[in-house]
Amino acid sequence: MTDYTLETEDGRREALRRMLTIRQFDTKAGQYFADGEIPGFVHLYIGEEAVATGTCAALEPDDLIASTHRGHGHCIAKGLDPDLMMAELFGKRDGYCNGKGGSMHIADVESGMLGANGIVGAGPPLATGAALSIDYQDRDQVALAFLGDGAVAQGQVHEAINMASTWDLPAIYLIENNHYGEATPVENQHNVSQLSDTAQAYDIPGVTVDGMDVTAVDEAVGEARKRARAGDGPTIIEAETYRYHGHYEGDEQNYRTDEELEQWKQRDAIDAFRDRLLDRGELTDDEFEEMQAAVEETIDDAIEYAQNSEYPAPEEAYDDMFAEPVPEIEQFATRPRADGGPNGGER
Amino acid sequence: MAAQAQFDGEQTETMTVRESIRQALREELERDDDVYVIGEDVGAFGGVLEVTGDLYEEFGGERVRDTPIAEAGFIGAATGAAATGTRPVAELMFSDFAGVSMEQIMNQMAKMRYMFGGKTDMPVTVRTTEGGGMGAASQHSGTIHTWIGHFPGLKAVAPGTAAAAKGLTKAAIRSDDPVFVFENKMIYEQRGEVPTDPDYTIPIGEASVEQAGEDVTVVATQRLVGESLDVADDLAGDVSVEVIDPRSLYPLDTETIVESVRKTGRLVVADESPVSYGTHAEVVSRVQEEAFFSLDAPIQRVGTPDTHMPFSTPLEQEVLPDGEGVTNAIRKIT
Repeated sequence: MTDYTLETEDGRREALRRMLTIRQFDTKAGQYFADGEIPGFVHLYIGEEAVATGTCAALEPDDLIASTHRGHGHCIAKGLDPDLMMAELFGKRDGYCNGKGGSMHIADVESGMLGANGIVGAGPPLATGAALSIDYQDRDQVALAFLGDGAVAQGQVHEAINMASTWDLPAIYLIENNHYGEATPVENQHNVSQLSDTAQAYDIPGVTVDGMDVTAVDEAVGEARKRARAGDGPTIIEAETYRYHGHYEGDEQNYRTDEELEQWKQRDAIDAFRDRLLDRGELTDDEFEEMQAAVEETIDDAIEYAQNSEYPAPEEAYDDMFAEPVPEIEQFATRPRADGGPNGGER
Repeated sequence: MAAQAQFDGEQTETMTVRESIRQALREELERDDDVYVIGEDVGAFGGVLEVTGDLYEEFGGERVRDTPIAEAGFIGAATGAAATGTRPVAELMFSDFAGVSMEQIMNQMAKMRYMFGGKTDMPVTVRTTEGGGMGAASQHSGTIHTWIGHFPGLKAVAPGTAAAAKGLTKAAIRSDDPVFVFENKMIYEQRGEVPTDPDYTIPIGEASVEQAGEDVTVVATQRLVGESLDVADDLAGDVSVEVIDPRSLYPLDTETIVESVRKTGRLVVADESPVSYGTHAEVVSRVQEEAFFSLDAPIQRVGTPDTHMPFSTPLEQEVLPDGEGVTNAIRKIT
């Protein structure tokens, strides 16, 4: 549930808490990945927290989001449970996807989170489809796709935005421009100087905002949401931001300098928003310390939950392929292992 | 004919495959408000092969929706829509265009339910046309159902009769799984008896014995069902041919096929897809696993000989599998 808004003091504190939660979640995810407890790949959101948090502050609880490979921040901002998220990263049965998705495919359709996505640029068509469902059934929702700067080069992103703008669907395309598409700088991948300029091709609004400023993101998404609900169609928002970690954990990051990273950290979104709340008297240093401690506890609990969860039983690999199961798969789920089969028969 | 006998006691009417598919769409649009048709030129134009026809006039542009020429976009949108509460029926004009949309098919539509631990349904139907025979050349004549049958997470049906076309299309639309309906474009005008019951569906994964026989089993799909039935008629009194339309390619009704081969001891698999690494091989493999010791002769494959579909009529006729090919295959093993 995206049940906070930057309109109220409580909401602003909640936004800060979510940004801290994202950072702490991903800090721990990075550590446990390095330790080998989390398998596969992880793509950390650290540095970009204001984008997901500002976006979800402007969305209503029932709104739908399509995410990216760098999706943990979107999940937390959307209100997913860190326990179930961490269990999923650990490959445990109690995870959001029962251990079948992992970091790159974490999803909770029930909560409006239509999935992280391992394919760059695949989310926007899904969000267009979600907006089509909303429009078709006349529901009071919008669908928002997060996409990276790299995804803007993908053909299917163009197809998705063209369709939504032609049909005036209640969609928002939020480009998280962290300035590198994997290891290649954004200027080496696109001819436009601002990625939001692509909106001109669809005759829809395109705005660029400071993605290190949670309020700026919230305002832009709020405007886009109003437009979408008024039946005027989609908006492209480009949020300029920066990831403090590599594209994936273990990335050598030989494509950027320490100085550049330090410059962005000077503008850290969490520090800036905390300072603003302190200046405005909406938060005290003590309260912030308490908040930070509580967040650390939440994530420690999530780690503990994940570690204590069971792995799925091997035969669960055969579940969830179809609503109506097929004998082709059932036969392997039920056969005695000694009978062999396409995967050998050894467990 | 066995095909008629199977509707004993049911009210039927004669119609073409094209009409039966349109009737299926019409009935499902009437039955369920969440169902809608999307695709290129499916609206006022009526579909490039005239399948959607007058549905636009009847249901309007919201429910019979024209899309831009953007197969990745609208197949992706159908996928996203299916995950969020509606039941799109997408028309992919020619199956060759699946290449354009394959990312959304293979990485999104096919995988979402599984990757999400079963926590989403994917009630999307993709109708598409296959097959050579009208001089449409290599990019509009392909038979690609093997890709879809091969890819985990997708179901594939390929009707060979008007009744199957209606029953399978309706079953696909009612299914909470992604189902591809492969329509061979050369049989749109083929007529057959079709049950009129608006709840007539064919369970996905159930084959049909279209013609009972004793000497050889022909598992034939799409256009080759009708051609094999003609072959069976021609050979009657000489060779008794059993013709099975699997109707559903994935899941595949192994039991009906195996039971037939146990009886006949001989098998011909006739499918328009390229013969290598494909649909034929899947049928053959299942039969040898289950009925190896019932076989009296090597199994024969009839299909496209691994070329693309050429344009010029004599070239196209050379590579297109047909009744003659089925006859030759039967002759070789009987």
